[in-house]
Amino acid sequence: MSARLHVATRKGLFQLKRHSGQWSIGRHDFEGAHVSMSLHNPRNGMTYAALNHGHFGVKLHRSSDQGANWEELTPPAYPEGAVKGADPFTANGEPKPASLNEIWSLETGGRDQPDRLWCGTIPGGLFRSDDAGTSWQLVESLWNAPERMQWFGGGKDDPGIHSICVHPKNSQQVAVAISCGGVWVTQDDGATWNCQTTGMFAEYMPPEQAENPNVQDPHRMVQSPSRPDTCWVQHHNGVFRTTDGIQSWHAIEGIQPSKFGFAVAVHPQRPDTAWFVPAVKDENRVPVGGKFVIARTTDGGQSSQVLTRGLPTGKSYDIVYRHALDVDDSGDVLAVGSTTGNLWISEDGGDSWQTISSNLPPIYCVRFAKA
Amino acid sequence: MARVCFTPNLERHLACAAAEVSGTSVRDALDQVFENQQQLRGYVLDDQNRLRQHMVIFIDGKTIVDRVHLSDAVAPDSEIYVMQALSGG
Repeated sequence: MSARLHVATRKGLFQLKRHSGQWSIGRHDFEGAHVSMSLHNPRNGMTYAALNHGHFGVKLHRSSDQGANWEELTPPAYPEGAVKGADPFTANGEPKPASLNEIWSLETGGRDQPDRLWCGTIPGGLFRSDDAGTSWQLVESLWNAPERMQWFGGGKDDPGIHSICVHPKNSQQVAVAISCGGVWVTQDDGATWNCQTTGMFAEYMPPEQAENPNVQDPHRMVQSPSRPDTCWVQHHNGVFRTTDGIQSWHAIEGIQPSKFGFAVAVHPQRPDTAWFVPAVKDENRVPVGGKFVIARTTDGGQSSQVLTRGLPTGKSYDIVYRHALDVDDSGDVLAVGSTTGNLWISEDGGDSWQTISSNLPPIYCVRFAKA
Repeated sequence: MARVCFTPNLERHLACAAAEVSGTSVRDALDQVFENQQQLRGYVLDDQNRLRQHMVIFIDGKTIVDRVHLSDAVAPDSEIYVMQALSGG
């Protein structure tokens, strides 16, 4: 069971610890700063926090002592002359330079790569570090894919890479999901990439474009650690699942009370068990009927349970973003953080929930420090 | 020598004392400051070396015009003031 949780918020990074069966808020670092992403790397003990200062830009910090001291790193940067994909020209026809807008995803490499990090950014960049974040290289093979020019922003002004799944048994195989740019897979450590969305469809596009791989909007993608050929995607217009290593996807219709949402988590040992936070689709973006619930399926999405015990009984309008739902290595402990500053934890797989705080800043990301 | 000053709000994140510099453009002046304070560059300029979107630079009380190339002229006795544009909440 994980005993430490990082909560990245609009006003800093919080650390929660579990003592004597109780979760409590401990450290609060970067007070007042927008923290877009956090990561703990168990391979080398480093903790990372990505900040977005607004006026002063995107920053990346690293700590080797669980946050007692932080070191500022040089964040990823697009090469000189790099041009944005979507909406690439200004009103006078000049190309718009790509410039780091947000660090949207941060993941460790494989178990054989202790100092490897992958970083997904807005606008649409994938970066790699092999020295624990000291230096970064743009993965140009993906950046230079002609299809990138079809990507566009979904919820953000520019497209972004928010999900990075490194195959747990083969670190050369990496899949990334992009809003809005589909699911891209490399089998050769990033040398070449394929967009693999067969079976996905985009209801929001003109009919003839609905199956275009490069315009799919996967809100979040997670990979089953125990059966890596299974991945779940919470997509803009539904839930999709692959069981053949991202060769094909099929729509999941059984998630109640709705198939719209941003977050998904998959059980570490049971690939058919996954959790979602359903909402009304994009025109409203509120919980269905103002009732905040978590959905869980244990049979691969054929059916789902609506989990409510310990969650608000009255009207509530919490939305849970892509990275604000996480499950620990045991599969029993889950954390959910909302845009309304509510944080809930379950220690029984979602059957019941306890409110940790109702007064946090808007929450962007919750992550257990896993082994 | 021209003088470069930074908004005190930056002090929260890193040291940025006022500096005396030479040079005839904003770019020249800032490059001299950044030589001794590499990390400060990323707080004032973006990764394409343009002035950050929400930053503003005054030369003797007037806002610079060229936010991309930072070519606005600097006189030997100019005061260059780097601050954040007002926004947020």
